[in-house]
Order: sequence, then structure tokens, then C-alpha cells
Amino acid sequence: MRGVEVGGLSAWFGSKQVLHHVNLVAETGKVTAIIGPSGCGKSTLIRCMNRLHEEVRGARVEGKVLFDGIDLYGPGTDPVEVRRRIGMVFQRPNPFPTMSVLDNAVAGLRLGVKLSKVELRERGERALRAAGLWDEVKDRLGEPGAKLSGGQQQRLCIARALAVEPEVLLMDEPASALDPASTLRIEELIGELKDDYTVVIVTHNMQQAARVSDFTLFMLYGEVVEFAPTQKIFTRPDDQRTEDYVTGRFG
Amino acid sequence: MSADRDPSWHAGVPPPRRHSRLADRLFSGWSAVIGFGLILLLLALLLELTAGGWRTFSRFGFGFLIGRNWNPVRGRESFGALPFVFGTLVTSALAVLLAVPVAVGLALLLNEVRGAIRNPLASFVDLLAAIPSVVYGLWGLFVLKPMFDRHLEPFLTSTIGKVPIVGALFQGNPNGPDLFTAGVILAIMIVPIVTAVSREVIAVVPRDLREAALAVGATRYETIRMAVLPYARSGIVGATMLGLGRALGETIAVSMVVGNRPQVGTSLFQAGATIPSWIASSFREATSVGLHRSALLALAVVLVGVALLLAFLSRLFVSRTERLVAGQGAGGAVETEMLKVT
Repeated sequence: MRGVEVGGLSAWFGSKQVLHHVNLVAETGKVTAIIGPSGCGKSTLIRCMNRLHEEVRGARVEGKVLFDGIDLYGPGTDPVEVRRRIGMVFQRPNPFPTMSVLDNAVAGLRLGVKLSKVELRERGERALRAAGLWDEVKDRLGEPGAKLSGGQQQRLCIARALAVEPEVLLMDEPASALDPASTLRIEELIGELKDDYTVVIVTHNMQQAARVSDFTLFMLYGEVVEFAPTQKIFTRPDDQRTEDYVTGRFG
Repeated sequence: MSADRDPSWHAGVPPPRRHSRLADRLFSGWSAVIGFGLILLLLALLLELTAGGWRTFSRFGFGFLIGRNWNPVRGRESFGALPFVFGTLVTSALAVLLAVPVAVGLALLLNEVRGAIRNPLASFVDLLAAIPSVVYGLWGLFVLKPMFDRHLEPFLTSTIGKVPIVGALFQGNPNGPDLFTAGVILAIMIVPIVTAVSREVIAVVPRDLREAALAVGATRYETIRMAVLPYARSGIVGATMLGLGRALGETIAVSMVVGNRPQVGTSLFQAGATIPSWIASSFREATSVGLHRSALLALAVVLVGVALLLAFLSRLFVSRTERLVAGQGAGGAVETEMLKVT
């Protein structure tokens, strides 16, 4: 289990710069929340942390992301390897529509090294348990993943990310498409996961950041405004803009 | 000027929307006329063809479909469509078999790969579709065929030809026109359409799914296999059917290389005839009095029937896979196999 350190990171879509020299340390075994109004670059930032940003046509990144002593953007770094060790959960649940629940959970394990069926089944179960989904789906493992409810689908996606045993889990607004009950379920899950994973979560929901995170980064217009322990950000922030945002004066 | 200050409102002049209502009605009326007109035209065509071929159907009955003889000599007429149906299906199947992997590969390349090669390659493939089929025929006859005679066909005979069962396809004298060359020419001709349609369906695969695959550490190839192809599959089947339709109906290019000899055999290296190639090469001899003309029209009915049947089957297949995707009792082989482990 390791943390991630972002240093002087800038990112572009074509000629439009969306991140300006961002610094961030996601500490090992902690939950780091990234908050800010829509369009402030928080999703781009988290997508730079597993090299997914560059998959968009015309996108470009400069700066450093250090993880386990390697620079993710270093010349010898393989993005595929990076993504195996730094998992991601997306805003909209995106299970593979043609795959069953179990196949979705173990989708990442089908890549690279061939595992036996028994082993796949076992690790699928373990991942589904870790995502708190096992009891709900154990009798419907063969059904299509798309048949589950939205909240279940999202937990299935979390299971899929956990199955490859990453060290870091990136979550890009994982509950924004879900109902309150499912949101609560995901938040509880994040609390359980941080014992084993370094978690970075993007959210536009400030209460959520306050509830689940240990550290909070507040961004505005692609720049970091303030990065501090969550408690501090929500009670006595240093920057006036942070205070205005967390007290709901804008955003 | 806002609506309530518009003087026409106060003057009781009907608002301009009235005019667009009329235009709407005219437009939908006109569309209905055109739409139904097309359907009527199609029905009239089918009716006319069937009526023309009726003499043949009533004289030979089902025997027309399975008969192997084609003798238009007055008084000794005998007509059977089997060799032509056979030739049409064999050449078209070969064309699809050769073209679809290439076309899907091209479509993936044009979608997934960035860089300078993309646009020139895409336009080049589209240009292939613009070449008139008679040019393909000429090229097949004078360039491709001699090459096949000297190199490819002897090579295939001496290699795959030695394999039991499959080898039977590659026997015989490589010289002269054959079904194989016709299939290859057709394959080249249908690559552009299959590529273009596949490219469209691959382009609409949600980015969500690609990223889901990438995020669990899939390589580019694995992403294609895991997220892109399963989602695009029914569309690719549709693309294949379009290509197949084109191959079934292609006339002149096939006619130039296939030999127009109605026979049924196991080898691809023998001459054959397809329904369109045969109609095109013999319609001049068919006079209105004899049964010959009726037989050619009946042949056309069979061609339309084959095309419609294949289109229907593909619909069936596509709606089945779509149901799987939408999640109606999907129990694909992989999942059920995995569940057996429990």
C-alpha cells in the first residue's frame, strides 16, 4: 500500500489548459478528497493519476506523479502497468453490458496471466465481498451485470477495480449518479476500504468530502486553492475562497 | 422585438406558426406519398418478376430449385437453378469470409489508432468503393487471374489441398476462370462498405466502456476485445449483411472471371456461374415466346428470395444478440461454464 504524490502537474485538452501546476500528496491508507465547482479540473486531476487523461484525443500532461518511487510520466513507465496498480471507479456505473456479474468482477483478472477457473471464482467472490455486494448477488452471479440496480452496478465496478488488487483506488464522483441510500452504502464502503487502500475521491458534494475524507484539496479554475486536513478545510480554512465555497456562498 | 410588441398579434393576423403548420402537413403528406410509392414499386416489381417466371415455376415446380440442367433449346427445355444458387452462395460466402476480418481490422485501425495514417487510409478505402465494377472485372481477368494461375492456386493445392476434407476445396486445374477468383474480387469490392459501416458502429461504443477496460489494466488490444467488439458485434453483423447483399447481386465483375459454366462441385478452382452473371450473359438469347425468358425471370425471383432470406436471418441474429446485451436471460457459454465450478 503506497501513497501518490503529484508535483507541478499541468494538463491540457488541445490548447486549453485545464490544470495549472497542481501539487498534491495522497497519503498512504488515507482518504483524500478533491472538491471544487464543476469544470475546475478535479476529474482531470484524478484521471492524470492513472494516466487515463491521455487517452482522450488531443489531451496532454506535464509534470510529475510519483508512486512507489517511480514517476508515472517517466519515459520507461508503462501506462498499462500503472493502471493495474492504481484502480479507478467512474462517475457513471459502467459494467460491461455483455458480461455476467461474476465476469464483470473478474474482468481485470482475465488479462495478462491466465488464472484457473477456480481461482477466478475465488478472487471474484473476494472482490464482491470487499465491495459489500456478495450477499446481494451470490445467487445471481450468472445474470448480466447491467441487470443490477444502479447502486449495485457501482459496487460491482468497485469490485472489478478491487479484484486486480491495486494499491490505490481513484474514485471520480462515485456516488453522483446514485440515490441517497446507495450513496450512503458507497460512503460506508470507502470507510472500510481505507484500511487496505489509499483512496482518492473526487466529489462535488461537500458533505460527502467532510464525511469520508481525511484530507481535502479545494480547486478553482484548474489551480489548487487549499490543501489541508479535512477538519481544517471545513472549520477554519486559510483561504477566503475556500471558506466561501464550503459555506455555500458559491459553487 | 418581443412577441407581445409584435403588431400583428394585436391586429388579429394569424401568427406565423400557421404557415409552418401548413408546411408541416404538406411535407408529411409528400413523405407519405413517396414512402408508400416506394413500397408499391417494390411490390409491383416482385409481382412482375413472379408473374414472368410463373410459367417456369408451374412447369418445373420445386424441381426448378434443385434441378441441375439448363437447356433452353425449344422443345427440349429443362431449367434448374441449383448450379446458380450454388455459385452465388459460394462466391458470396468466400467474399464475406475474406473481407470481414480485413474490414473489421481496418475499421478498428481507423478508429483506435491516431496519427498521420488515419485520414489518408480512410479516404483510400472509400475510393475503393468508387471504382466501377467492370474495372474490377478487367483487373481480375487480366492481372489477378494469371497471378493466381501461376502462384497462389498451385501453392494452395500443394499445401492446404493435402489436408483431408478441407483439401477438397483446393483441387483441380488452376488454369481458367473459377469461383475462387470471383470470391476474391467480390471480397475486395465489399471491403469498403463493410469497413465504413463497422467504423460507424465502433465509433459509437461508449467511452465509458473503453475506459472501464483501460482502468483495470487492459492493453489497447484487450480493450478492443473486452469492451469494443462485444458492444459493436450486432452492428458488425449488419455491416456484413450489407456486404453480403452487395456480393450476391454483383454481376459484371463476377461474370468476367467466374467462367459462366453452370456446375456444382467441391473445388473452388473450377468454373461456375452465379445467378446475376448467368442472367447477364444469357438474356439476349431469351426470346419472349420461349420458356427461356420465363426461366431467367424465375432465376431473378430466386435471387431476391435468397437475399431476403439472408437479410431476415441476420435480423434474427442481431435482435438475439441485442437481447443478450440488454440482458434478457443472458447465459453465455463462458458464464455458465464458470458457474459450474461452484
